[in-house]
Amino acid sequence: MGGTAAVEAVDLVKHFGTNRAVDGVSFVVPEGTVLGLLGPNGAGKTTLVRMLTTLSVPTSGTGRVAGFDVVTQPNEVRRSMGLTGQAATVDEILTGAENLRLVGALYGLPRAYVRDATERLLDRFDLTDAADRMAKTYSGGMRRRLDLAVSLLAAPPILFLDEPTTGLDPKSRSGLWAVLRELVDEGTTLLLTTQYLEEADQLADEIVVVDKGKVIAAGTPTQLKDEAGRASVVITLTHARDLAAAADLVRAHSPEVHVDRTGRRVTARAGGLGDMTRIAAAFEASGIELDDLGLARPSLDDVFLHLTGHRAEDAEDTEEAEPGPITEGAAP
Amino acid sequence: MTTLPTTRATRAPLVRPPLSPPSLARAASTIVWRNLLHIRRMPEMLLDVTVQSVMFVLLFAYVFGGAIAVAGSDYREFLLPGIMVQTMVFSSAVVATGLTNDLQKGIVDRFRSLPIPRSAVLVGRSISSLIHSSIGVAVMGLTGLLIGWRIRNGVVDGVLAFLLLLLFGFAVIWLGIWVGSIMRTVEAVQGFMFTVMFPLTFVANTFAPTESMPTWLRFVAEWNPISAVTQACRELWGNGLPAPADAAWPLQHAVPVSVGWSLLLTAVFAPLAVSAFRRRSRD
Ligand SMILES: Nc1ncnc2c1ncn2[C@@H]1O[C@H](COP(=O)(O)OP(=O)(O)O)[C@@H](O)[C@H]1O
Ligand SMILES: [Mg+2]
Repeated sequence: MGGTAAVEAVDLVKHFGTNRAVDGVSFVVPEGTVLGLLGPNGAGKTTLVRMLTTLSVPTSGTGRVAGFDVVTQPNEVRRSMGLTGQAATVDEILTGAENLRLVGALYGLPRAYVRDATERLLDRFDLTDAADRMAKTYSGGMRRRLDLAVSLLAAPPILFLDEPTTGLDPKSRSGLWAVLRELVDEGTTLLLTTQYLEEADQLADEIVVVDKGKVIAAGTPTQLKDEAGRASVVITLTHARDLAAAADLVRAHSPEVHVDRTGRRVTARAGGLGDMTRIAAAFEASGIELDDLGLARPSLDDVFLHLTGHRAEDAEDTEEAEPGPITEGAAP
Repeated sequence: MTTLPTTRATRAPLVRPPLSPPSLARAASTIVWRNLLHIRRMPEMLLDVTVQSVMFVLLFAYVFGGAIAVAGSDYREFLLPGIMVQTMVFSSAVVATGLTNDLQKGIVDRFRSLPIPRSAVLVGRSISSLIHSSIGVAVMGLTGLLIGWRIRNGVVDGVLAFLLLLLFGFAVIWLGIWVGSIMRTVEAVQGFMFTVMFPLTFVANTFAPTESMPTWLRFVAEWNPISAVTQACRELWGNGLPAPADAAWPLQHAVPVSVGWSLLLTAVFAPLAVSAFRRRSRD
């Protein structure tokens, strides 16, 4: 892939009045790779994507897509990329097929190509049966898939996806991930934003963590996990009344112990398997009943907590009631 | 391997064809096609310029009309041009609600992410709104013919009046684009347009002659651009006498003044509208 930059942000800034929505963000997405912009609600992800896709004019800084400047060469940028925004932008009154036809005509694509691509995209996104129904009859997931199909119509070499799986059920989510992996295999460069730590972990080659308009960390998923520190032992009790006793017991083996009352869980920083075995033996001897005891590697959730001091979920302004991020592992 | 329930072997990647980004005319006509498809899918969108206007005709022709004395003409003949101008004025509300809706739903963003000329969205919107209100004018014409309205001055003047209506409609569309770009919700647009458009179309010679109004109101009504256009249509169609000698200057020269008003309104509102729309779609 030669390492050419498909997308470049150089000290991008966007202020809305006194609100520094994006406050000096820089990164590079090499051709053919996936960059995950990870951050909680209000971090500035959408604003960044809007600047890079010519929808919003930066207060200062430079954005380049396929080598074209987003401010001075917007039409070249628009020709080089596809965008699936945070809110689905399908025309509800048009059918699925008509939505594709509309955008095909606006790209100036040959009719025969649009017909063929429409059939294939509708098939790929499992919308063939709904092709001739008005999009307002679609479910949220179907609208998102149609929106993505529309962005892919002109087979753009660079694709921007703003929270592509927010609000999707886990099955649709993994289905979408599969499609995105196929696109990457075909050589598409992807820039996706997400609040889901797992999503960035699953898809991205490189993650840029943003919070309050600033980059607070960047690296591969593995690098970020290493940064968050060592593993922890997670103990789930059978009875909540044993929590205090259990915490005391664990404190003898670990300097850092966390008690989660509702989850009946005690979490302890641990050096590794040796610590875990010692803690397990201590419980064995104490007679406290356990549901589970295990070693948890740090998840990106922990990374986020480590970097920002707050969890990704407790962002101040969660406007939409959406299902929370799905995280695996036993992190409290 | 994929978890998407796909059956057919259409998985070969799409190969990007040459893009030939459309000219303004092609992009705008595509957007017009899309907007007209909306009207076809939701004919109720036409209610404001059809059923509503027909109701105005019937209400004024048969309920209030008897109480309104019009010199030198049958009241129904007098009424029809007024209602047609009112219908044209309502096209500004049509364009405003359509635009706000597209801005709100992110459709404008979708269009702006495509390599089309910047002005295509507004041009497409204006043209489809003109078509929208022209449908209303056609319905009005047919209703008028049924209740006795006629074009009495020949084809040329008759067509000229329709062109004048379209020109005026084009002017007020900029007002609509301006309002549509400023307001955040369709409901706000409708509320605003209702509060502004109704008084504007009533404090005029649309439904009743201005002669019987109190002096100050008559002054306002006769300088109202809607009155000039209405008077111009009446004269061109032969639906009434020329304005009385004591009427304000615009009504004495209704045809050229209507053209002037239309150009002036366009000159004022088009720049306001374009800059409001740009500002709205910059962030
Ligand atoms: N058009 C706008 N006008 C004013 N403030 C905005 C606008 N868009 C976003 N913001 C503000 O900018 C900040 C970043 O928002 P956004 O980019 O949407 O974050 P994210 O996509 O990460 O949730 C938020 O504080 C938001 O309220
Ligand atoms: Mg966002």
